[in-house]
Amino acid sequence: MVPALKLAGLKKVYRNRVEAVRGIDLEVAQGDFFALLGPNGAGKSTAIGIICSLINKTSGTVQVFGHDIDTEWAAARACIGLVPQEFNFNVWEPVEEILINQAGYYGIPRRVARGRAEEALVELGLWDKRRAVARSLSGGMKRRLMIARALVHRPRLLILDEPTAGVDIEIRRSMWNFMRETNRQGTTIILTTHYLEEAENVCRRVAIIDRGVIIEQGDMATLLRKLHRETFVLSVDQALGMAPELEGYATRLVDAHTLEVEVESERDINAIFRGLDAMGIRVQTLRNKANRLEELFLGLVGK
Amino acid sequence: MARLRSLLLMDTEVVAFRTIFTKEIVRFMRIWIQTLVPPAITMGLYFIIFGELLGKNLPPVNGISFMDYIVPGIILMAVITNAYGNVVASFFSTKHQHYVEEMIIAPIRPSIIVAGYVSGGIARGIVVAFIVGIVAMAFTEVKVEQPWLAGLVLVLTASLFSLGGFINAVFSKTFDDISIIPTFVLTPLTYLGGVFYSVEILPALWRDVSALNPILYMVNAFRYALLGTTDVDLGLSLAVILAFNGVFAVIAVGLLRKGVGIKS
Repeated sequence: MVPALKLAGLKKVYRNRVEAVRGIDLEVAQGDFFALLGPNGAGKSTAIGIICSLINKTSGTVQVFGHDIDTEWAAARACIGLVPQEFNFNVWEPVEEILINQAGYYGIPRRVARGRAEEALVELGLWDKRRAVARSLSGGMKRRLMIARALVHRPRLLILDEPTAGVDIEIRRSMWNFMRETNRQGTTIILTTHYLEEAENVCRRVAIIDRGVIIEQGDMATLLRKLHRETFVLSVDQALGMAPELEGYATRLVDAHTLEVEVESERDINAIFRGLDAMGIRVQTLRNKANRLEELFLGLVGK
Repeated sequence: MARLRSLLLMDTEVVAFRTIFTKEIVRFMRIWIQTLVPPAITMGLYFIIFGELLGKNLPPVNGISFMDYIVPGIILMAVITNAYGNVVASFFSTKHQHYVEEMIIAPIRPSIIVAGYVSGGIARGIVVAFIVGIVAMAFTEVKVEQPWLAGLVLVLTASLFSLGGFINAVFSKTFDDISIIPTFVLTPLTYLGGVFYSVEILPALWRDVSALNPILYMVNAFRYALLGTTDVDLGLSLAVILAFNGVFAVIAVGLLRKGVGIKS
């Protein structure tokens, strides 16, 4: 089966000589839910811009479901739906018109587009706003509008560039449920986000990009197993004056009732409880300081 | 199979073209107070001041009353300004607010995008021509000796300046940039393009200089279609208008294909 996306030797040097992408090779399988992660300025948005024909590449090839974006550009573009980072719709246009016009650009006649627009707006909870001009929508609604617009031509590959930036937690959850369902129905999804917890929860495979190159890629579970160290935050029942010493573990007192413990990957956490119990300290709650993907990410990009 | 695929692609592009064209018409009709009323007022003032107040004291030009003589030029002046203004404002906004990306990522050829915008500009030019024509009827009897030729010149002129507006929008970085060409190029060329006078009255040197002004050919071709009089050979006028259209179309499509002002 051809991959949904294949990048080979992708490079981009801007006119100011900044090398934003320095030779990316990447394959995303059909049906995947893929996270493309990296710090700001790592080259994620440039790579996405090239895939979507918004940025001219310097060299390399991009294939979308086997269609080269240079030689079979129409077929390649028809496969892609993009939710960009910045709002990029006509703010004076009614919501429904934005979707119908977008479908029109993909050759979908108006009568068909109207039905598609209704379907997408209902699913994303924007049907009541269909006649409102986009300018009047809240930030969360604008994000959902961009998702609806990206889906109106039923793309096989959906690219989400920071889709939940500035969206409140409740809407974020409903958006992720919608994305999961979209992916379950067969749409391949590529996601960039700064919410690594979300990426860990929804994505099956991940690539981490830094300074224009991919420094790590693979399936999420395998990558997370590479994590050498995790930090746990423990709430304890009594006020502590100093961090208790636990053999083999680095401990740090955050405040009188909160303790941080670093655990190397080869060690288990049972000994922590035994050690604290022996000192008469009872653990009330336990949580990861950061989610595991975040720890891996920070370890890899050296921050 | 390949033939079928190319036919399907054509269907797709016909829908895409229609979408852009319809969107453009909806845009200028929605803001009709800004797009359709001003040319009626401005050109009405030209008819009052130049045609009625001053024109009554002027001798006929080529045997035609001054009021009648200036009608074709004034209609065409409105067409030029509005076709240009429609596309430059619309495409610049599209770029400025980044929703040009909606089209760039879609499977549409640059030529279809340009054609959609230019057709929108032509549509506004034609609507404005009718409006100014109706205003002119309040002052004189508007004659159209050769309706087909008049239509052709109208469409080609609107098309040329729509293409000009598109090219200007591609290079514009701010809203101020879109008024530079109308102020420093279009207005002088239009006033010196024989709207209010026959180039025959100019000294030889200025007549030769005027021959470099493409608007002169459009005004004269349109005047010939309406009144049957011209300072310039009709064939030459049509050839000049078509040539400029061809060159501007190639430039506009080339710029969009390269992504100038849009892609980095």
